Amino acid sequence: MTAVATPPRVIASRPELLTDRSTHYCPGCGHGIIHRLLAEVLEELELAPRTIAVAPVGCAVFAYDYLQLDWVEAPHGRAPAVATGIRRVRPDSFVLTYQGDGDLAAIGTAEIIHAAGRGELITAIFVNNGIYGMTGGQMAPTTLLGQHTTSTPTGREAGAAGFPIPMTEMLAILPGVTYAARGSVSDPPHIGKTKAMIKRACKAQLDGAGFAIVEILSNCPVGWGMTAVESMEHLSEVEKVYPLGVLVDRSAPARQPAAAEGA
Amino acid sequence: MTATVERAPTEGATGSKRSRILMKGNEAIAEAAIQAGCDAYFGYPITPQAELLEWMARRMPELGRVFVQAESELGAINMGLGAAATGARVLVSSSSPGMSLMAEAMSYMAGSQTPIVLVNVMRGGPGLGSIGPSQSDYFQAVKGHGHGDYKVPVLAPASIGEAVELVATAFELAERYRTPVILLADGILGQAMEPIEPQFRHPPRQEFDWALTGADGRPPRVLRSLHLLPERLEEHNNVLQAKFREIARNEVRWAGEQLEDADLAVVAYGTAARIAHSAMRKARQEGIRVGLFRPITLWPFPEPQLRELASRPTAMLVVELSAGQMVEDVRLAVEGRCPVAFHGRTGGMLPTPDEVLAELRRLDATVRAGGAT
Repeated sequence: MTAVATPPRVIASRPELLTDRSTHYCPGCGHGIIHRLLAEVLEELELAPRTIAVAPVGCAVFAYDYLQLDWVEAPHGRAPAVATGIRRVRPDSFVLTYQGDGDLAAIGTAEIIHAAGRGELITAIFVNNGIYGMTGGQMAPTTLLGQHTTSTPTGREAGAAGFPIPMTEMLAILPGVTYAARGSVSDPPHIGKTKAMIKRACKAQLDGAGFAIVEILSNCPVGWGMTAVESMEHLSEVEKVYPLGVLVDRSAPARQPAAAEGA
Repeated sequence: MTATVERAPTEGATGSKRSRILMKGNEAIAEAAIQAGCDAYFGYPITPQAELLEWMARRMPELGRVFVQAESELGAINMGLGAAATGARVLVSSSSPGMSLMAEAMSYMAGSQTPIVLVNVMRGGPGLGSIGPSQSDYFQAVKGHGHGDYKVPVLAPASIGEAVELVATAFELAERYRTPVILLADGILGQAMEPIEPQFRHPPRQEFDWALTGADGRPPRVLRSLHLLPERLEEHNNVLQAKFREIARNEVRWAGEQLEDADLAVVAYGTAARIAHSAMRKARQEGIRVGLFRPITLWPFPEPQLRELASRPTAMLVVELSAGQMVEDVRLAVEGRCPVAFHGRTGGMLPTPDEVLAELRRLDATVRAGGAT
């Protein structure tokens, strides 16, 4: 017996930034995928040692149990204001918020719009699964028309409950926003594109260009009343209301007033 | 606006002229915070504290420090939360309606033990109320401010000079006990101008083993108030409560005047104590032996000291710019040992010294007659 065993070739492994534990997320939930993407990007850009992350209120508040970074909890919706305070006093830090759609598109609209309006050098990861997952599946501002939730038991009807709010499109028109894009975790090709968006949004902060946001369409199998596979397939319906792609990518800083034409 | 005034050396002084500067309360508080090493200020315009924000808008960028005018008081206090989470020395200021909006983040900071100093230049309430001076936020400040089981130290200056001193104290307490601290002023203290001795204190810096600076070569740190398991949250609350008991033991501050021979004590803080002081002097001229008990920390409340005072044959008159808030804590402190009367005005109206004097005469007559108030 003289054969030498060849070591197995590693083709995939857990990013070191992710803790080696199972998450509290429901089976099939997209948060796990997004956590991994974020971990990969932070590792590739070697940002973890100077990252200060802001946790939301909602399912993802426990992100600090899975991503080994410095974290602070923000009150519901206030993460962009908290991130502003951090980034202003620690200009060498890398600051990101991780927010759901209830957090960012309902209770925290003022904070996200004004952080974007000021062009704060922060990166917002906006997970849109169209529902309040943690509280049991109520309507979110992003819930689709007709969608059944525990607070729209007969389906969201615009006359009573208003229309879905396209937050990222609204933010993209602000000059302080340097990068705004929408991805999805519906299948591996989309996941790959979403990772590239996250990376670009992180680099925008490093370049000092301005505020960057990536909206990520994700699923909530339990809240949607679907199996994990059904919920992933259903994302194609969600993508019709919230089109994927880069909404704005201003590579140059938009901080100086434009010079008068012909002057 | 500042102007320098020279005060003639008093007899027995060292002989050197002491330089004093005339400053508006809001501006003096702002400058005291700057001198105390404030790294960042976040605010939102509201009367009667707007000059504080304006002073910071000019001075902080001059010094290369952080100033942000936020989109709301919610924005301001949460920017404060973020900056303070990194270990920075942070000041946030507002007035009554803005303080209501800040209550949410104050609760989070009490829970996650994040130090910050918050100035409330109180105005008349409830609701939009008035922009006149008031002390109607006593309950809000001393009973915790936001939701949940917590207290924060509350410092109540009675002069602009004392406010300057207490700003430095506020930063020290905030960092020593990892807690928000409220400086409770009112519209008069914010708007009036008084000569002050520019003796600003500069509390020394310390390293914090909890501050978020990036997990570089050390384990990650998390500042949180969420503890979903009841056992864990109770354990956390027990830690907080032990800290509150320690603060109550160590940090009570109060001032007394002419209490030694007093038959009656006026209990008042802040601007109300200035009015009570004038009334006390008038009463003494009439032969009514009145002393002044002035809480400087409203929490921790000088409870043992008041109780001791009440053990002597005396009665107390509480004077407030409110419908009667601190008076409840005075009654709890004295536990029925002596009669406690109350006089207050609201809405931006002030009690005059003569009004307070009339109450003192009435109380004096009642006590002499051996009756209850």
